[in-house]
Amino acid sequence: MSDEIMVKVENATFSYGKKTVWENLNLEVKRGECLSLLGPNGCGKTTLLNCISGSNPLTAGNIKLLGKEVADYEIGEKAKRLGYVFQEHSAPFPYSSIEVVRMGRTPHLGFFGSPDEKDTELAYSIMEDLGIAHLAGESYTQISGGERQLVLIARTLCQQPDIVLFDEPTSHLDFKNQALVLRNIKKLSESGMTIIMTSHFPNHVWHVGDRVAMMGYDGIIADGKVDEVMTEENLSKTYGVPVRIFEGKSGDKRTRFCDPDLD
Amino acid sequence: MENVKLENIEKKTSPFVWGIMIILPFLLFFVSLFLGRYMIDPGVVLKILLNKIPGINFAQTWEQTAETVVISVRFPRAVMAALVGAGLSMSGAAFQGMFQNPLVSPYVLGVSAGASFGAALGLLLSWPTWMVQIVAFGFGIFAVALTYLMAHLYKTTPILMLVLSGMVVSAFFQAMVSLVKFAADDEDKLPAITFWLMGSIGKVGLNDLAPSAIPMIIAMAVLYAIRWRLNVLSMGEREAEALGVNTERVKLIVIITTTLISSLTVSLCGIIGWVGQVIPHFCRMIVGPNHKALIPATIFVGASYIIVIDNLCRLVSITEIPIGILTSVVGAPVFAYLLRKTKGGWA
Repeated sequence: MSDEIMVKVENATFSYGKKTVWENLNLEVKRGECLSLLGPNGCGKTTLLNCISGSNPLTAGNIKLLGKEVADYEIGEKAKRLGYVFQEHSAPFPYSSIEVVRMGRTPHLGFFGSPDEKDTELAYSIMEDLGIAHLAGESYTQISGGERQLVLIARTLCQQPDIVLFDEPTSHLDFKNQALVLRNIKKLSESGMTIIMTSHFPNHVWHVGDRVAMMGYDGIIADGKVDEVMTEENLSKTYGVPVRIFEGKSGDKRTRFCDPDLD
Repeated sequence: MENVKLENIEKKTSPFVWGIMIILPFLLFFVSLFLGRYMIDPGVVLKILLNKIPGINFAQTWEQTAETVVISVRFPRAVMAALVGAGLSMSGAAFQGMFQNPLVSPYVLGVSAGASFGAALGLLLSWPTWMVQIVAFGFGIFAVALTYLMAHLYKTTPILMLVLSGMVVSAFFQAMVSLVKFAADDEDKLPAITFWLMGSIGKVGLNDLAPSAIPMIIAMAVLYAIRWRLNVLSMGEREAEALGVNTERVKLIVIITTTLISSLTVSLCGIIGWVGQVIPHFCRMIVGPNHKALIPATIFVGASYIIVIDNLCRLVSITEIPIGILTSVVGAPVFAYLLRKTKGGWA
């Protein structure tokens, strides 16, 4: 991890019409950090990602990617810096999975260009790394939701960005696919990629990431190292229900997990 | 690394199938030059054609009529049929990718309604044919421009807004066509308008060819060049933008090129429906959904299709059948069949 600041959100305010989502939000992410964003439905986690990616313009304040205002980026230039793995996704055409992955090369191509053999090789090797090379020839609309998520991650890596945003990468996935996606995000983070991800599963934060920011309805409640911020107090405040943290042990493996207190 | 090449990973259409697809339009083109009520020997047709190439000189053993029929009547007609078929099919494929919807036709943004109104107005006022064509062309472009401006919101033109605006503009110009028809005298002008709208490629002469063919070919070349971007655009605008595509620019290029093609088509040949839906769908069944292969396929299959249909128009009965009727009579059931077969999917 270096001290280079990859994403800097300064005094940011975002509103839809008269409704303010958050105000005066500040956030800094350094190169190689993996930041998880937690928070209840509707607190504006995804909105924040959309602002960082530049698709939602801020009402006030500013956001910089690698020192440059996000609005000042030419769209292709930005796509070389920043990748975004969206949450929900409609798949209209049954392209082959490798063709979808190859689409990640778009920012590196000329306007009339299309991917060449080198791009195909890169796409294939990224798919190998993620353990989905066997899907390369499969139709993108016929594979499972978890596999599709991994294909989209591969596509984003094909962009060769410096920063990757994940919007709830494990929602709608079953247990196995959640594990598969998380393991790959962890691997990605360990390789030095700068990552910001939103999540509805606080337990995942212990698996992936070194830093967590908790958002409430008035912006960020707590932000810092996972062990320091993941407390019963912070979690209860964030979600508005009492949350307990448990420690468990199985064999030589120790783990922590949290659960809302329903009593 | 093992041999990582796309053709080893993706299912590819065999070169044999491509070969047939590419040769077919040329073959059909040639057939339509000798076929007709005035039958000409294929060998003679070949000689007539070759004689037009500088340096080749066969002694003329055929009647002058044969030469006139081939060069001035059938040749421009067949070229136009090929261009119209290729152009509309390609435009349909591009629009379907852009709108992420298999039911979209090249006319969705109002070009046919606009051009129809222009033509109807010209016919009502008894303008000469070339003026009717120019006014029809102008109104086709005008209608799409209107749709585009209406859909423009905060520097963007969302796909949904485009479709809805297109419906509004189409409805308006269709009402205007009805108004013109109502005003037209029913002895002479009303039939003229009605027949014009049903479409015919027969009106196209040798002199019309260059001014319409050149812009059409240029527009088709541009669409062809950006065909890979259509893949990315078809993933949805948000995704395409995250992948670094300037979606507004690509959409505008697609709209301008397809409008040029379809407005020229409608102004010269009337409304030729269903081609833009049926052919792309059919081609997806053969070459798959990737626009890299789909766009070239629509060019060849679309050209073949309209050449065949146009030949049917002039051959099956004593009076010529308007082409718009045949493309719908053939197109609608074929499309229904394709939809059933692909279960509404994307083939």
